[in-house]
Amino acid sequence: MKMVFARAVLGVILMLGVPARGGDVPAPAAQEQLIKVTAKRFEYSPSVIQVKLNVPVVLELSTLDRLHGFEVPELALRAEIKPGEVTKIRFVPDKIGTFAFHCNVFCGSGHEDMTGQIVVTK
Amino acid sequence: MDFKTPDRRSFLQLLGLGVGGVVFSSGLGGVAGCASTPRKPDGADDFYFLQLSDTHWGFKGPPNPEADVTLKNTVSLVNAIQRQPDFIVFTGDLTHTTDDADERRKRLAEFNQIVKQLKVTDLRFMAGEHDASLDAGAAYQELFGQLHYTFDHKGIHFIVLDNVSDPVGAIGTNQLAWLRSDLDKLDVEQPIVVLTHRPLFPLYPSWDWTTKDGDEAIALLQNHRNVTVFYGHIHQEHHQMTGRIAHHSARSLIFPLPAPGSVPKRAPLAWEAAHPNRGLGYRGIDAQAGRDFRIDEYPIGPA
Repeated sequence: MKMVFARAVLGVILMLGVPARGGDVPAPAAQEQLIKVTAKRFEYSPSVIQVKLNVPVVLELSTLDRLHGFEVPELALRAEIKPGEVTKIRFVPDKIGTFAFHCNVFCGSGHEDMTGQIVVTK
Repeated sequence: MDFKTPDRRSFLQLLGLGVGGVVFSSGLGGVAGCASTPRKPDGADDFYFLQLSDTHWGFKGPPNPEADVTLKNTVSLVNAIQRQPDFIVFTGDLTHTTDDADERRKRLAEFNQIVKQLKVTDLRFMAGEHDASLDAGAAYQELFGQLHYTFDHKGIHFIVLDNVSDPVGAIGTNQLAWLRSDLDKLDVEQPIVVLTHRPLFPLYPSWDWTTKDGDEAIALLQNHRNVTVFYGHIHQEHHQMTGRIAHHSARSLIFPLPAPGSVPKRAPLAWEAAHPNRGLGYRGIDAQAGRDFRIDEYPIGPA
């Protein structure tokens, strides 16, 4: 299992200092928003991810077919989604808005359509 | 860059077409800040070359119902130019991607056969992600050779960078080391042209219009005074400076894409039967002794 930390929230993670239990993955904080996202050519499910402002988010990314990417440039989030692995991204949404994400690993004809949105609301 | 000089006549004469021919200059007068781009050494020969990009041979779909003839028609147009260019560069996405490795080889071979009909025999190729990302450039290299290389022509050093065979859109540490080694051999005043597929700078990352480690390449190139980058990928003209490096993207020969961030999705612009060639084209790059490069854009038919 792979952990990916967004730089913007690394301080928050360190501050929480949650020890790993049963592996190398810190236990999710009680108020975290845990969202599972699957990727396959050429779509994410869900493609619209709704999260709350200032509430920590854990995205659990997995792929149903091949290597994909997940990048949200405006939130400085980036990860590879490898077959057989669950990739976790933790971040704290600190601004309201809609932020596009896309696959940044070329995966075939239709790759350009593999997009989605993170919607941050109060 | 000689964008603002209304001196089209000499270039049109160079092409043997004359003012009022099929050639036109795009509205490059709006591009500012490009005055620091390379100059050819005084005394070097004048020459020009053509940039063709994003031909996507094998594409089928509503964005270009004439995709089976667009490239062939372009070859005919180029062959009709009275004074032929010294060479032609193809800045990637020669073919449209396919999961079928045999079909990929077939498309690359067909593309190769079509462009062999060009009168100009000095053709310089590079891969796009559609050609090379699904098999790390294996099929491409069988037909077109190395993914990154250099060549020199009449005083200008050309560097072809591969930012597509790694599907994450990166140049990679090995190629960056090769680039550093190549640049270390050059005088800082040496005119350099970089040819690549993706933009080296983060033009619009939300549409993946960037190179993951392009900043490292730019940092290396920034040590040289006369660097210009010509690239493709975004299917439209775009001109931008990073420091003293000028970056120029070319139009495609398959379908145009919207301006960066102008619409929510980077879908091809709709094809119109009344204007089948709208947004398509290629460019001439004129390297004149003692002067900056001059860029002229050409349509492939009535707009």
